[in-house]
Amino acid sequence: MKLLIILAVILFILAVHQLMKVVEFARELRKTKEWEPTDSENDLMGKLMLLFGIAFLFLFFYQIDKWYDKALPPAASEHGKHIDELLFWNMILISFVFVVVNAVLFYFAYKYRGNKNRKAVYYSDNSKLEMLWTIIPASALAFIITFGLKYWNEITAPSTEKNPLIVELYAKQFDWTARYPGKDGKLGTTDFRHIEGSNPVGLDTTDQSGFDDLLVKNEFHIPVGKEVVFQFRSRDVIHSAFMPHFRAQMNCVPGMVTTFKFKPTKTTKEMREDPHVQNLMKQINEQRAKEGKEPVEFDYVLLCNKICGASHYNMQMKIVVETEQEFNEWLRQQKSFKTVASK
Amino acid sequence: METVNLTNTELHEKEHVDIHRYEEHEESFITKYVFSQDHKMIARQYLITAMIMAVIAMIMSIVFRLQLAWPGEKFAFINWIMGDKWGKDGILDPNAYLSLVTMHGTIMVFFLLTGGLSGTFSNLLIPYQIGARDMASPFINMLSYWFFFASSLIMVISLFIPNGAASSGWTVYPPLSALPQAIPGSGLGMDLWLISMALFIASALMGGLNYIITIINYRTKGMKMTRLPLTIWAFLITAIIGLLSFPVLLSAALLLLSDRLLGTSFYLSDIYIGGRPLDYSGGSPILYEHLFWFLGHPEVYIVLLPALGITSEIIANISRKPIFGYRAMIGSMLAIAFLSFIVWGHHMYVTGMNPFLGSVFVFTTLLIAIPSAVKAFNYLTTLWKGNIQYTPAALFSIGLVSSFVTGGVTGIILADSTLDITVHDTYFVVAHFHIVMGLSAVFGMFAGVYHWFPKLYLRMMNKKLGYIHFWLTFISAYGVFFPMHFLGTAGVPRRYYTNSEFPMFDALYDINMIVTVFAIIGALAQGIFIFNFFYSMFRGPKAPQNPWKSNGLEWTNPVANIHGNWPGELPTVHRWAYDYSKPGYEEDFVPQTVPLKEGELDGGGHH
Repeated sequence: MKLLIILAVILFILAVHQLMKVVEFARELRKTKEWEPTDSENDLMGKLMLLFGIAFLFLFFYQIDKWYDKALPPAASEHGKHIDELLFWNMILISFVFVVVNAVLFYFAYKYRGNKNRKAVYYSDNSKLEMLWTIIPASALAFIITFGLKYWNEITAPSTEKNPLIVELYAKQFDWTARYPGKDGKLGTTDFRHIEGSNPVGLDTTDQSGFDDLLVKNEFHIPVGKEVVFQFRSRDVIHSAFMPHFRAQMNCVPGMVTTFKFKPTKTTKEMREDPHVQNLMKQINEQRAKEGKEPVEFDYVLLCNKICGASHYNMQMKIVVETEQEFNEWLRQQKSFKTVASK
Repeated sequence: METVNLTNTELHEKEHVDIHRYEEHEESFITKYVFSQDHKMIARQYLITAMIMAVIAMIMSIVFRLQLAWPGEKFAFINWIMGDKWGKDGILDPNAYLSLVTMHGTIMVFFLLTGGLSGTFSNLLIPYQIGARDMASPFINMLSYWFFFASSLIMVISLFIPNGAASSGWTVYPPLSALPQAIPGSGLGMDLWLISMALFIASALMGGLNYIITIINYRTKGMKMTRLPLTIWAFLITAIIGLLSFPVLLSAALLLLSDRLLGTSFYLSDIYIGGRPLDYSGGSPILYEHLFWFLGHPEVYIVLLPALGITSEIIANISRKPIFGYRAMIGSMLAIAFLSFIVWGHHMYVTGMNPFLGSVFVFTTLLIAIPSAVKAFNYLTTLWKGNIQYTPAALFSIGLVSSFVTGGVTGIILADSTLDITVHDTYFVVAHFHIVMGLSAVFGMFAGVYHWFPKLYLRMMNKKLGYIHFWLTFISAYGVFFPMHFLGTAGVPRRYYTNSEFPMFDALYDINMIVTVFAIIGALAQGIFIFNFFYSMFRGPKAPQNPWKSNGLEWTNPVANIHGNWPGELPTVHRWAYDYSKPGYEEDFVPQTVPLKEGELDGGGHH
């Protein structure tokens, strides 16, 4: 078999070599400037440019039509709605620029394709035109910056709630631990030197306020309609807490505490009834059926979104959003640090 | 070197003596082909080295794209490339996957698009287009290449060591890149990566210094700064950006090396890994991010500006029109270069950096859109009412304008800190930078190779193969990167070994397959280019002196490898480089060496 492949390759090379000889011989005879594009080649390339431009823009709209509903479902957090809205208008704006400029480019590439009888226009400068296309983008950007920064300031401002729920997300290779303050409403202080099997987040055992802290693995719950202030820490490398359905993301950096706050607006149950989500889940479960996998229901999820090692692609935690009552019930069932550590 | 202190006029008086220095000595094989100090040979060396590196990085991308489209599927190809250790039974190892994406990024950004692009075309074109006999310091120029070569060699060697190459992403953020316990690639592979980059930076600095000094001091008579082709302006500005930003990367790399080898804590603090707490205290990974992106963002323009310079030159030539808004083009490049230094924080909106600082970076980043828009519109106006001659270089130049715009507009989304929260580190980013930086720079480089091949190898490349190469490349490039936007808006993070662990990404399988199929077509299409390149190098038709009817000085010397570039005196320049289709001239081009007629205006003005 291998011999056959080698033989085929040799024959192919010989054939190409012979072909090239013929081509070179023909070239000698013609003595043309073969590198110069002929009129018919210019014509063909110009038309191909136009064709490409049409196909490109058509496929742009086709992809939007076909894949639009594969995007993340509408935001499930209060600030997320603003982000969605801003994203929508920005997308409209850039799509407009993208379509117009590409259309003009490929049209010009077609329209001004060269031929022997044509003479180009000597036109080297026009400061009015250039001023125009300096001012137009500048004023469009003024809007983008103004709206963008307005929401940015709101999103990143410290919480104004009196008693926001504080949740710490603690990252390590390759899982997450959530920590809730106990009855005292305070998270206990930590130090990485205290980390051991029964003390996975390094709680300081001399600090009383940490004894009632609740440590949660695999899935964590948050109540709907209440602002949650997340604190992020990492014990080894940089991770990033990405909660795409809430439009929330923040890096977890060893040696420092980062924060992000948001107010969930839909419970997991409500999301499962959302038509957009149902459509998405239908597509997902159809594909899973093809691959012979179990069907799934919608769940919020926390992903790691900063390269962190071999299992980066599978560093996840389920998020459950529920009513405050359900949440309090769930919280009551979680074990405090003291009960875990004293075992 | 001793001539650096002389004024231009003195230089020209010295010319008669100098030319003999270039003409008379016999050269051995070693000094001619290996340790050459001739700018043309150094350009070729850069180009070939970069092409080899690019092929390696391209094959890597095919391996990880196969994994992403068909995770868990067994590919004999993967086993063949990766061996039994990293591709057992044809399934890619997750650590090897991370090594591949890391090295793909590193090689493409630094070795192809920085070393390869600037190294090839700055070396080839600066002396030719400004009318100089060679670089200011041919010796340092030679050193620059050999540092680049050593750096490439070390980077390639690092692929073959037992624990694998660096694998913490091309940005090599610590602590992941600092701790061998965190990932196998952060062992010896990371040390080699850092050493290779240190050599690379030394090479870039030596090259850059030479480019700047040569452009400022070695222009021929009449070659005022305002008569320079835009290629030269682009190379000059690129070299200045590199000179100011690369040293910062060097310090970032040295501090990281010190954290790794000497136990310092510049970037490390509060770490518990491998079952025990580490002694590092007081450092911050964020410091590294600041230092890295202080180079990292200007780097985007180090990659992009030479490509824009090359296409500015080619679009004017193939439209048979002056470049529209010559001064605005220079002004935009200067503005981009300045702004590129004060925008690095837009890579760090979600690192926990102070939100107010984020606001400042939003503002400065979005400002870059203005000079970029000016450039795009000026390209369009240059094509307008032109007489476009469709050489392969023309096709790639127009391709660049398209990708520059298509990839540029999504930058507006990413620059906006509010929107960045949801698309940061997703495939939306991958789509954005591959189109605006990767494709644009690669298209610019292809355009340059097709256009200046006669200056490189004194022969012509095959036009028809060029056409096929362009269309396959152009279509598959968009086929690869355009659908990625939709992965991004669905929330798919980058650098995931597989998306199959999250049910929420299951409906995206078809997008991933489309991307991979186009990636394979695109990679195969490069075979056509490589064949055309090497075949034409030896068997292509002999180049005439000025095949593209171009105005530049590089087309005024005989078709030969003359040491010293021009046999007699250096040409004298009388006009700018863009007098195409000027009224009052029979031909549709007027070389820079043609004196102005009485009353004729230079620089685009005419009666």
